[in-house]
Amino acid sequence: MTGPDLVLILLGAVAVGAGILCVTTGQIVHAALWLVVSFGALAGGYLVLTAEFVAWVQVLIYVGAVVVLLLFGIMLTRAPIGRAADVDSGNRLLALAVAAATAAVLVTVMVLGFGGAHKPVAAGGGSAEALGSSVFRTWVLPFEVLSVLLLASLVGAIVLSRSDIGPGARGGGRDGG
Amino acid sequence: MHIVYPTIVSALLFSVGVYGVLARRNAILVLMAVELMLNAVNLNLVAFDVWWRDRLHGGQVLTLFTIVIAAAEIGLGLAIVLLVYRNRDVVDVDRLRTLAEDRTPEGAAAGEPEQSAGRDGGEAEAGRGAGREAVPPGGEAAP
Repeated sequence: MTGPDLVLILLGAVAVGAGILCVTTGQIVHAALWLVVSFGALAGGYLVLTAEFVAWVQVLIYVGAVVVLLLFGIMLTRAPIGRAADVDSGNRLLALAVAAATAAVLVTVMVLGFGGAHKPVAAGGGSAEALGSSVFRTWVLPFEVLSVLLLASLVGAIVLSRSDIGPGARGGGRDGG
Repeated sequence: MHIVYPTIVSALLFSVGVYGVLARRNAILVLMAVELMLNAVNLNLVAFDVWWRDRLHGGQVLTLFTIVIAAAEIGLGLAIVLLVYRNRDVVDVDRLRTLAEDRTPEGAAAGEPEQSAGRDGGEAEAGRGAGREAVPPGGEAAP
């Protein structure tokens, strides 16, 4: 076991532990904050895997945007700030069994498939230059399609969020135009 | 570097996400668990991209695309959750039973008292929304 392996295992333990706390804590705001810890540890894991650009995108998008959006959602739905009693549904044991079975199958497959595989990792494979030239040369068509999808989801979120348009509202902007 | 460690971390994180999706009741906590599962997939993609030294960087580029799709998904999901909250004053996924088949006998028998109360509220809403179906009142559904 080399140094990067050890760091990766420690960061993975932090990520999985924070994820477990995120899905088991009784306070909804704490779940979002444990999600930040889990995503941060995963960004550290990307750095160890020499994927620098993906690590910073992870920090920017997930920790910066997605968790803030989730906190907005928590506040806007007037979730209980303190300890809430009914955040877990009744089928917790069934969910635990399904999750344990999933973990057993996946870990068994991964250990059997890649148990002793070892290869040194060279730095520089995940820099912004390499990824940028790859995105804008090979993957430029999926990139553009994805930008259209992002625009469509943005418009959809605005349409869903506004209350003065839609079938229930009379005299909206559509009727005036 | 061993490839097995990031894949095991990814598998465990995915299982944690599966547990969260199945066990949580608040819709926003379900969305958080979905984000955990997406991050597990991202870790797998990055690990195998680095492992195979892909010349086109397919794994890392696909990870960036997955992050973008996750951002779009969380935006739309939160918009839908806020719309449900505005219309129903509830974000519990167990109590949004308008589309469920409420007439199944095992569903009526297995409900806890508080759940059956919530389910009766859902039935009342379903009756108000559909109007023409003969939805039984709460006294009949209670065991």
